[in-house]
Amino acid sequence: MNQDIMVKVGMADLNIALGGQVLKTTGLGSCVGLTLFDEKSKVAGMAHVMLPSSDIARESTLNIAKYADTAIPELIERMKKAGALTGRLKAKMAGGAQMFAFSSQSDTMRIGPRNVESCKAALSKFSIPLIAEDTGGNFGRTIEFSSATGILVIRSVQFGAKEI
Amino acid sequence: MTNPLSKLEAFKLDVLKEVGNIGAGHAATALSLLLDKPVDMNVPTVSLVPFEEVADKVGGAEQVVIAVYLRVEGDAPGHMFFLIQEDSARKMLHNLLAIEHREEIGYTEMEFSALSEIGNILAGSYLSSLADFTQLSMGPTVPSVAIDMAGAVLSYGLMLYGEMGDSALLIDTKFLEGHEEVEGFFFLIPDPESFDKIFSALGVPTE
Repeated sequence: MNQDIMVKVGMADLNIALGGQVLKTTGLGSCVGLTLFDEKSKVAGMAHVMLPSSDIARESTLNIAKYADTAIPELIERMKKAGALTGRLKAKMAGGAQMFAFSSQSDTMRIGPRNVESCKAALSKFSIPLIAEDTGGNFGRTIEFSSATGILVIRSVQFGAKEI
Repeated sequence: MTNPLSKLEAFKLDVLKEVGNIGAGHAATALSLLLDKPVDMNVPTVSLVPFEEVADKVGGAEQVVIAVYLRVEGDAPGHMFFLIQEDSARKMLHNLLAIEHREEIGYTEMEFSALSEIGNILAGSYLSSLADFTQLSMGPTVPSVAIDMAGAVLSYGLMLYGEMGDSALLIDTKFLEGHEEVEGFFFLIPDPESFDKIFSALGVPTE
């Protein structure tokens, strides 16, 4: 029984879990924690997306887990290999906050909302429904996603824990 | 990953360390004046830190910290964070304003504003000493305060590095008041493009 085994997802990282394992990522600010779940095969996936689009990448080896437009296809691929079906996947997401408020709103400053928009666009490309989200605001979140239930637990300093 | 900054020679890192030393030294003096107590600081560390490990410097991604954030504007833009933990903040408020913190959670508007002002004074002295030293114009924006998980707060300063790799160059300094009652951190994360400007302003050859 590997119930309650934590699978850590780092920043700009993605991973999958099955058999009751729990995916966890900590300290989401403007980053988005996106989860996918196939209820039938109990395959869960999580990506900690940092930036909206790989178009702006200037790195020589692309870290595909970092960008919304590349992380989601990769996560789906990995989940399919583990037995999930794209047509059965349902998405949830949390994060995309704006940690600090400024009067001059340059594009870098509103990276959180852009990450959220970009994740939604990538999901709709694969016709994956977004069934719940807890995004925006100005606070950080830590999330845990159970591959047994598909429940996403969101913890924040101000609001404690909640489930979606 | 070939982050261009990973190739910085030891000599250049030393220059940046000195930059951090001067800035944080002035900030520590300012803090010492504010608290009317001696404040010590560690030698700054300058390193290319993987994103995952940035928050470990202040106790991990989930550690709740009080963060004063300022965007540095001017010739060499960047991000600046002043981070303290909650007990340190309470002691600081007590020392400085004789505000006795009552509630377990949350801060009053007055306390918030005082913390923001402390951050403003410290960051201002850090930056103005840097500007004097480099002859570059560097000014802070109005400070913004957040009480939240260190990982969430600091990731804000890493976005520009995200485009070119999975690590960021940061200059961090830890300082302590006398009997380690108050402990805080300064993080200066210059934008990737700012390094050449800092180096050439200091007469360090850049290719």
